[in-house]
Amino acid sequence: MEPSNNKQLNTTKLFIVAGLVLLGLGMIYGLTGAIQYLVPGFLKKYFSFEKVRPLHVSAVVFWIILGAMGSVLIYLQQHTGKKLHAPMLTKIQLLVFLFTILAILTSYYFGVFGGREYWEFHPLLALPILSGWILFLFNVVKSIGTLKNQPVYVWMWLTGVVFFLFTFLESYLWIFPYFRNNIVNDMTIQWKSYGSMVGAWNMLIYGSSFFLMEKISGEKTYSTSRMGFLLYFIGLFNLMFNWGHHIYTLPTHHFIQYISYVVSMTELLILGRIIYEWRASVSAARRHFHHAAYKFLIAADVWVFLSLLLAICMSVPAINIYTHGTYITVAHTMGATIGINTFLLLAIAFDILHETCRSFEHNNKLFNRTFFVINGSLFAFWISLILVGVMQSKWQMSEPRILFGAMMLQLRPFLISFFVFGLILTIGIVIIIYPLIKNQLLCYFTPTTNQDHTPTVAKESMSDNDLN
Amino acid sequence: MASDKHKFILITLLLTAFLCYTGYLYISLPRKTSAIDEQSAAGKLVWQKYNCGACHQVYGLGGYLGPDLTNEYRFRDTSVIKLFLKDASIFTPVMPVFNMPEPEMEALLSYLKSLDASGKSDLRTFKVNQNGTIEQ
Ligand code: HEC
Ligand code: HEM
Repeated sequence: MEPSNNKQLNTTKLFIVAGLVLLGLGMIYGLTGAIQYLVPGFLKKYFSFEKVRPLHVSAVVFWIILGAMGSVLIYLQQHTGKKLHAPMLTKIQLLVFLFTILAILTSYYFGVFGGREYWEFHPLLALPILSGWILFLFNVVKSIGTLKNQPVYVWMWLTGVVFFLFTFLESYLWIFPYFRNNIVNDMTIQWKSYGSMVGAWNMLIYGSSFFLMEKISGEKTYSTSRMGFLLYFIGLFNLMFNWGHHIYTLPTHHFIQYISYVVSMTELLILGRIIYEWRASVSAARRHFHHAAYKFLIAADVWVFLSLLLAICMSVPAINIYTHGTYITVAHTMGATIGINTFLLLAIAFDILHETCRSFEHNNKLFNRTFFVINGSLFAFWISLILVGVMQSKWQMSEPRILFGAMMLQLRPFLISFFVFGLILTIGIVIIIYPLIKNQLLCYFTPTTNQDHTPTVAKESMSDNDLN
Repeated sequence: MASDKHKFILITLLLTAFLCYTGYLYISLPRKTSAIDEQSAAGKLVWQKYNCGACHQVYGLGGYLGPDLTNEYRFRDTSVIKLFLKDASIFTPVMPVFNMPEPEMEALLSYLKSLDASGKSDLRTFKVNQNGTIEQ
């Protein structure tokens, strides 16, 4: 593998850079989809909604997946102080993912679909994704070595890598008629796998965030503490058993509803802890707030709180019947994938990519302003989605119902604010990520004389022999 | 520091419970699959091929630009549904003009029929229990 020079673009960093490009692209698709709510038939010839929605969702999901993989591959080396077990595999893994993602986005454009929620591409394209993930799993497991005396983030990485593989495979059980032919069976297994899959990538991202948090604060107590592991086990318990809240209204086994409802309520413990630790978090935030990465960690903390609050409400079946099938679900999904996953990954991206051959200082003022614009607009975006959902819910429950088309017209004011704040959010995020990508690429093409080859934390633990 | 031994015991217990739950669900799926007719199984694949789920929901899951179609078969005449599948532009500028071939249309209709027979997605039909659970 090439030197893991702090200031040089290398394979592992490329995961994050490519992810950032997908994030930008994905948000533009999102805006195109949102316009179609306001201007029916907009760009229908080339980008009809059945193409735009998967383009948007796949682009942003692959941002999350590439970002999560990149963060684990980089922080794992910083944690062990050693290079990855098989650097060559990382290169192959990256190439496999990039080519497959390109093929997936192109296939949507040409109207070739597998037609499943979220993974809307042709099932054949799942094969390279699967192989790429197996390479990743092999590298991570081999690089970790043993689980003895490992901090909680290593447990989280391992859990995420294994469970993603399992749930991804499970989400393709539909190719067997036994699982596919009856819609109720199909949807039960489909949402079992999706529910846990989100938990799996959260494990990867949360693990990397804990690593980053400790790196910034310099305190290494949390990741080995009882509390750290307690929360990990609550998370895992939910990953395994709380997926039923997606399908409370499906006429499937009743026990799925009961299990999911009870298990989801254990998330109240996590919520309680956030409230309890609030003061400590605020004082820690004051100390480290000058870090760009830390700012995003704190913002994500607020979004964990908001999303968890919404998620817990939606996990009560009696409340779920008012939120199901409405934009409140979308508010939850996008709130969590932007406010938590994207913000945590942006924190990680800043930590990993900010040091280049070029100075980043001159962007600080713009960064601070944009950071607040992003947070404000995301909140307004989220509230707009919830309000759209409330209107839809009222319609769903009304007796008699007005026509679907008439109901859609009533949503317009909220859909306009959804679009406008989505636009501001997109501009904000692009302003933040553009210099990150640009600086990396510029430095790649302008070789530096600086020969510092070590990742920041590993400097303390790696001996010169370990270096390239 | 939590002891490794306790962590390994806990993770083994959780994994075992997860695998049992998963295995049980795979073996005893909620519906018997023997009664499936070929035509509606083919129709389900037509639904996926055209990615109807990007705009329509089934049991409230899917995209939101168009209406939930779980019980469409009950409420609309098949001739109207066929019109939508041929050229929806007479009803809405949003839904694509599919010009769907007759055999695909028949399969899709048969899928919509079996979908309708599988249950009701109307949330007004649910009863809320005191403990927060719901039933239909
Ligand atoms: C780009 C989005 C989009 C796609 C893709 C799409 N539809 Fe539609 N569909 C709509 C909209 C919008 C309506 C009209 C709702 C209204 O205003 O009444 C509609 C209406 C319908 C209706 C009539 C509903 C009613 O009773 O009013 C049927 C049936 C239907 N679609 C079936 C399908 C099928 C089957 C597919 C896939 C082959 C499909 N649609 C794909 C957007 C879409
Ligand atoms: C970081 C940025 C974003 C992420 C991670 C993200 C993620 C997602 C996800 C996961 C979904 C699926 C939701 C569900 O089915 O429950 C979704 C749907 C959607 N998103 Fe985004 N999103 C982002 C930004 C945006 C922006 C800026 C817009 C533009 C306003 C937008 C518009 C949409 C639309 C229109 C849908 C489809 C909803 C429907 O089916 O009607 N998204 N997004």
